[in-house]
Amino acid sequence: MSTGINWLKYSSPQAFYPLAGRLIPWFACVAVALMGIGLYMGFFVAPTDFQQGEAYRIIFVHVPAAWMSMFLYVVMAVWAGIGMGLNARLSFMMAQAIAPTGAMFTFLALLTGAMWGKPTWGAWWVWDARLTSELILLFQYAGVMLLRTSIDDMRRADRASAVFALVGVVNVPIIYFSVQWWNTLHQGASVSMATGSKMASTMLTAMLLMTVAFWLYSIAVILARARCIMIERESLPVWDEKAAVIQEAVEAR
Amino acid sequence: MSGSNMWEAVSGIVRRDLLLAMRRRSDAAMSVFFLVIVVSLFPLGVGPEPAVLRIIGPGVLWVAALLACLLSLGRVFTADYLDGVLEQMVLIPQPLAILVVGKILAHWLISGLPVVLLSPLLGLQFGLSGEPLGVLVMSLLLGTPTLSMIGAIGAALVLGVRGSGLLVALLVLPLYVPILIFGAGAVTSSMAGIGGEANLSLLGACLVLSLFLAPWATAAALRIALE
Repeated sequence: MSTGINWLKYSSPQAFYPLAGRLIPWFACVAVALMGIGLYMGFFVAPTDFQQGEAYRIIFVHVPAAWMSMFLYVVMAVWAGIGMGLNARLSFMMAQAIAPTGAMFTFLALLTGAMWGKPTWGAWWVWDARLTSELILLFQYAGVMLLRTSIDDMRRADRASAVFALVGVVNVPIIYFSVQWWNTLHQGASVSMATGSKMASTMLTAMLLMTVAFWLYSIAVILARARCIMIERESLPVWDEKAAVIQEAVEAR
Repeated sequence: MSGSNMWEAVSGIVRRDLLLAMRRRSDAAMSVFFLVIVVSLFPLGVGPEPAVLRIIGPGVLWVAALLACLLSLGRVFTADYLDGVLEQMVLIPQPLAILVVGKILAHWLISGLPVVLLSPLLGLQFGLSGEPLGVLVMSLLLGTPTLSMIGAIGAALVLGVRGSGLLVALLVLPLYVPILIFGAGAVTSSMAGIGGEANLSLLGACLVLSLFLAPWATAAALRIALE
């Protein structure tokens, strides 16, 4: 390795475990700080929307949560695919660790969407393409987790839920483009790479801050959960940082 | 592997599954009766107003078709899994995904085609007639093979798992939702006078897409279940 670091080393759970332990506090602290700043900007600094009044402020949670719900599904499917292709244990563990967080963000997006829908559309729920497909995404996360828990053999559980996760990826572009493909009640995207943003810059900043905060939060929680899964599966005593140092010293010798 | 050889394998599997179904006719008849009974329950529950029935008709028929397909999914691979035929299918030189196409085709002929053939009669019960009735048959003809293909993935994933009957419903029903929307939407839009072509085209697209992906995913799931 020209970089001097053998990155593949971290594909083994024993090496990954202490690394994850060292990274979690950093991701968690930055996530909390950014969430604080983002929420403050969203609720106090950003101007009131001329159409939707104060009710729009839920987007600072809603939009990042919806983005994360789709993004995490794709990441889960990618880990599942890597696991299937390379037969790597750690990939399956990561896929397993991502599912509950993804489901949580999907639920959060639906919940905040309902809270937004009531004052804006006058209904908690409408059977619109984007809402329905986001609901299906929640069912898919549930399916991945239920399939895993119903199969006792760990290897089969990993691979079966990986296949289901990969099949379900078809739904993600449908959710993402639903507001363009179908003429729905849900408003179109306010932020896009091509045309830039259609909202005030403080609103955009707050939303992007919240997105980064949710992203870092996801990493911290997923790494923590992956560590739990490793201990659970390997039925080994906790590998703490000290043990890894000793192992490294042994390897160096 | 020559093309004719693969075709022989597929047609052999289809013939065998059809023969087995003919020997146990009650199995196939059960899901058809289930469909008829479920569809007949709605007018009794909702009330016999023709206007209401005409509005809910396409959706009810499609949901019933979905459930009837779901009930028959347990039969696709379970018997072959239990008596070891599935392991032989993995071992023979023809690719497993091609053999899976034969299994799916047989499943559709046994449980999907009767639904399509019965649908004009059930549509009449709900006051559908003329063009919407034709669109209903057409939508089921395009949609039910897709249901069989998506269902085969689920059936292969839960093979031999405890509580597999309920689990396959939880896995497969969310994936059925687009087919349900396009299928019922085709009939509804035809009733509204704007024609069902757009939704029928989408159903056709789903059919082609699942024809490419589903046999491959099912084969992968079967290998996982058998290893």
